[in-house]
Amino acid sequence: MDYDTIAAVSTPIGEGAISIVRLSGPEAIQAADRVFRGSHSLAKVKSHTIHYGKILDPETDQVIEEVMVSVMRKPKTFTREDVVEINCHGGLVSVNKVLSLILDQDVRLAEPGEFTKRAFLNGRIDLSQAEAVMDLIRAKTDRAMTAAMSQMEGRLSKLVRDLRKELLDILAAVEVNIDYPEYDDAEVVTNRLLLDKALVVSRRLDQLLSTAKQGKILREGLSTVIVGRPNVGKSSLLNYLAHENKAIVTDVPGTTRDVIEEYVNVDGVPLKLVDTAGIRDTEDVVEKIGVERSRRVLKTADLVLLLLNYNEKLTDEDRSLFEATRGIPSIVVLNKTDLPGQLDLDEVRALASENPVIQLSLLKEEGIKNLEQTIASLFFDHGATLNDETYVSNTRHLALLKQAKSALSDAISAAEHGLPVDMAQIDIKRTWDILGEIVGDTVSDSLINELFSKFCLGK
Amino acid sequence: MNRYQAGTYDVIVVGAGHAGVEAGLAAARMGAKTLMLTISLEGIAFMPCNPSVGGPAKGVVVREIDALGGEMGHNIDKTYIQMRMLNTRKGPAVRALRAQADKQLYQRAMKKTIEDTENLTLRQGMVEELIVENGVCKGVVVATGAEYRAKSVVLTTGVYLKGKIIIGELQYESGPNNMQASVKLSDNLQKLGFNLVRFKTGTPPRVNGRTIDYSKTEIQPGDDAPLAFSYDTTKFIKDQIPCWLTYTSPLTHEIINENLGRSPIYSGVIVGTGPRYCPSIETKVVRFSDKNRHQLFLEPEGRETNEVYVDGLSTSLPEEIQRRMITTIPGLETAEMMRPGYAIEYDAIVPTQLWPSLETKKIKGLFTAGQINGTSGYEEAAGQGLMGGINAARKALGKDPVILDRSQAYIGVLIDDLVTKGTNEPYRLLTSRAEYRLLLRHDNADLRLTELGHEIGLIPEERYQRFLVKKQMIEKERQRFAALSVKPSKKVDALLEERGSAPLKEPMKADRLLKRPELSYRDIASLLPYDGEVPDDVGEQVEIQVKYEGYISKQLQQVEKMKRMEKKKIPHDLDYDAIDGLATEARQKLSEVKPISVGQASRVSGVNPSDISILLVYLEQGKLARKIG
Repeated sequence: MDYDTIAAVSTPIGEGAISIVRLSGPEAIQAADRVFRGSHSLAKVKSHTIHYGKILDPETDQVIEEVMVSVMRKPKTFTREDVVEINCHGGLVSVNKVLSLILDQDVRLAEPGEFTKRAFLNGRIDLSQAEAVMDLIRAKTDRAMTAAMSQMEGRLSKLVRDLRKELLDILAAVEVNIDYPEYDDAEVVTNRLLLDKALVVSRRLDQLLSTAKQGKILREGLSTVIVGRPNVGKSSLLNYLAHENKAIVTDVPGTTRDVIEEYVNVDGVPLKLVDTAGIRDTEDVVEKIGVERSRRVLKTADLVLLLLNYNEKLTDEDRSLFEATRGIPSIVVLNKTDLPGQLDLDEVRALASENPVIQLSLLKEEGIKNLEQTIASLFFDHGATLNDETYVSNTRHLALLKQAKSALSDAISAAEHGLPVDMAQIDIKRTWDILGEIVGDTVSDSLINELFSKFCLGK
Repeated sequence: MNRYQAGTYDVIVVGAGHAGVEAGLAAARMGAKTLMLTISLEGIAFMPCNPSVGGPAKGVVVREIDALGGEMGHNIDKTYIQMRMLNTRKGPAVRALRAQADKQLYQRAMKKTIEDTENLTLRQGMVEELIVENGVCKGVVVATGAEYRAKSVVLTTGVYLKGKIIIGELQYESGPNNMQASVKLSDNLQKLGFNLVRFKTGTPPRVNGRTIDYSKTEIQPGDDAPLAFSYDTTKFIKDQIPCWLTYTSPLTHEIINENLGRSPIYSGVIVGTGPRYCPSIETKVVRFSDKNRHQLFLEPEGRETNEVYVDGLSTSLPEEIQRRMITTIPGLETAEMMRPGYAIEYDAIVPTQLWPSLETKKIKGLFTAGQINGTSGYEEAAGQGLMGGINAARKALGKDPVILDRSQAYIGVLIDDLVTKGTNEPYRLLTSRAEYRLLLRHDNADLRLTELGHEIGLIPEERYQRFLVKKQMIEKERQRFAALSVKPSKKVDALLEERGSAPLKEPMKADRLLKRPELSYRDIASLLPYDGEVPDDVGEQVEIQVKYEGYISKQLQQVEKMKRMEKKKIPHDLDYDAIDGLATEARQKLSEVKPISVGQASRVSGVNPSDISILLVYLEQGKLARKIG
């Protein structure tokens, strides 16, 4: 069977010290080779060997990651196709960058369960395993659909829908000109007109892509700040999240040297815990970093975990923290429920307003699951509306947006070169279809519906 | 009625409209002994609505019919009163021919062709019943008692099934234009278990051309260039007759609005679903109330009649309102109405009950084609009629059906849409329905389909040889353009400047230069050494193929992907309930449509990619099991 080449991160995201980007298909080795620099070209190495090298962005020659790459030629591979596995150790950020680069090499992002599916279709897996494959496809798709549903409500969907609407306007106008050439009520779409509208959409796509380039929520984590008075348990919470979730500690260049970020994976949501150094060095974070810095840190936060002591009465300092974090999605955490309650819960709820309030005991490790679930649900329900222009968060969307952008560029170039308008139309239609995949909306009849709702057609 | 055995045939075609004539001619020409039955011999290839053939997408269908050996192209080329090329300022993918037909001449010419065809018996008679034994169609019974037997039967009943004409408050049972309706066959189909729907269409009033003041209208002449639908045509009709353009007036709209209560559409008399692309004037006025005028095309119905078709004024308002409306239209103030417009309701079968061969799933040997399948338009009918006739004959002769795919022909798009998605309104072809319209051009219909037409047995040897010569010339000329370079010179620069093209700095391959949008094949050819006369259609092919190479190859890649899925066949008797993991909606839809390939399955609405994955795995599992077992 001759399929196209696919790739995906084949290890659970953020959960292991090593992440693997797996490619499978006829172009797997060539695609990997284009971004790999080692002592040998991957095209020349023996099958089933592993090689040390670096992944470079071929456009900028910038080193993205040090890696070990396994090359396995067909047919003795998992999928019975050429397979390349890139072992990355730099955590979520770099593995996503590596995957993005691979997807720029005419490689398509694998659908859920697709490696396994290929393994089966190519006769690699025996009959008894077929049932399991189907379960896998269904289960993964359902999960992907749930995620897609929560994205649907988000701003990305809205933005993409708006862009599609603009494209549909162009498409319908061109189609009317084609199917009803004598119909005088539709504006004749010239290359000039098409170009104007296409450029607007193109700029919007650029903006979306640029927000994606900085690496956003799903790719880099939900920027999370823990705040609270001294001795309220910030350090314990940090340590708990970090230890339980195999935190990866990295220095982030270009920022204040004592600001350290840690990545943890909470119920599938990557959290980027900001300013952990401040918490570790001294419990007295507010005092140490001062108002200015805490404002700066808070400014970039997607999520605040505001810790209060269940065993003490609310102080003015606590109240000022509520004030400082107003407008940022927060979870109010009442720690030390193992001790008698002194806190005025009514006042806390009033101050928290819309934000959830969680009670837990870090000492007894009680109620922490609840916190993790709240973080996850907050993210999946409101992920795209958090305090950030964080629309393009997952690699699939990014890959599709890039394809859409490239299709639209083709349309623009056709129009600029004076090709007939229905040629540019072909690529506009493609852009529209690709964007439709992002929002899961590829009903082809909508164009025809648009045609008839908009124009009064006869002949 | 006493029945009698009236004869045995290979194929029986019921109906002689645009679908029926193609079906009958194709079957007979393929060597099948064919009987064509029609309610009235006066109704052969009748155009009850607009007097024209072709237009965007539809015109390409006519060319496809011609390349496959059908008759529509020949017949219109013999009988047009005007021919135009549409969309000339746009790209080659959307150019289209349209002809105004002489309606009576069109019918007479088609009737004569049928009468002259060997193996084909034409007979008047109304079919009332199908003979079905053990789920196989064995023949038909005519109202006179005649029982005809056949190996396959094609139904092309158009709008005759329980046809009902509606004009204002007046309603009566009728086929188009007061032809006799067919009532019993519809009941018979229902009894046999077919799912029928009620559709509606309509036609405008006709006026006497002698009473039109053309000075208040705009002329729309035909093209001077010799144009033809058929690749066979060498004789072109010189004296063309123009059409005329006028508009409705605010007064027209006022009359319509005042009388909406008497419109069968708005009073609820009409229950059938009408087509959105061909709305009645009352629908246009209501839905687009901000428009103060609508275009109307005055189209002559023939050379030997004064009747003029008022295109754009389709209506079912009462006759007296129609007459008042007409007098409010510039140029028609004193026009005499000859026939009123009307709406017509009819039964159609839900087309998802068909295989892509147009054979019904329920009854073997029974095929349906044309408006009975929920389409509208002469060309859509003819395209289906041709395929239905071909496949009915092949069935009778013991051969596999021929199925056109979506990258091969608009006819393929049309049939695939019908049998895969069904339709909830009369279906019309539009260029936007085709994914690969750059491949489905009107200029390359012969290159796409002549070989197949020859293989089927509908393209005569002489024509096939002519086609092969053309194909070879195109290939040779493309090679010449790839090999030769144009060198900078005064002559070259002069031409480039004249065309607004940048001058050459160094020699450039001829095909690369041809890619410039502002340069034509003839331009470049004039800069190359003379190498014998190249016909216009060959030059046109070279130009299109070279100019749009990038786009064409992109679409070809998409086609490759699609074909991979089309090649994965699904057994007819697959039990979708036995497949774990399919979503309920997908299970229902797939059981109903019974797609023949995974590709077709993926186009069924309500079927998701994950369902397709599961289907693929299931099919592969079966294959594996058979191998092991």
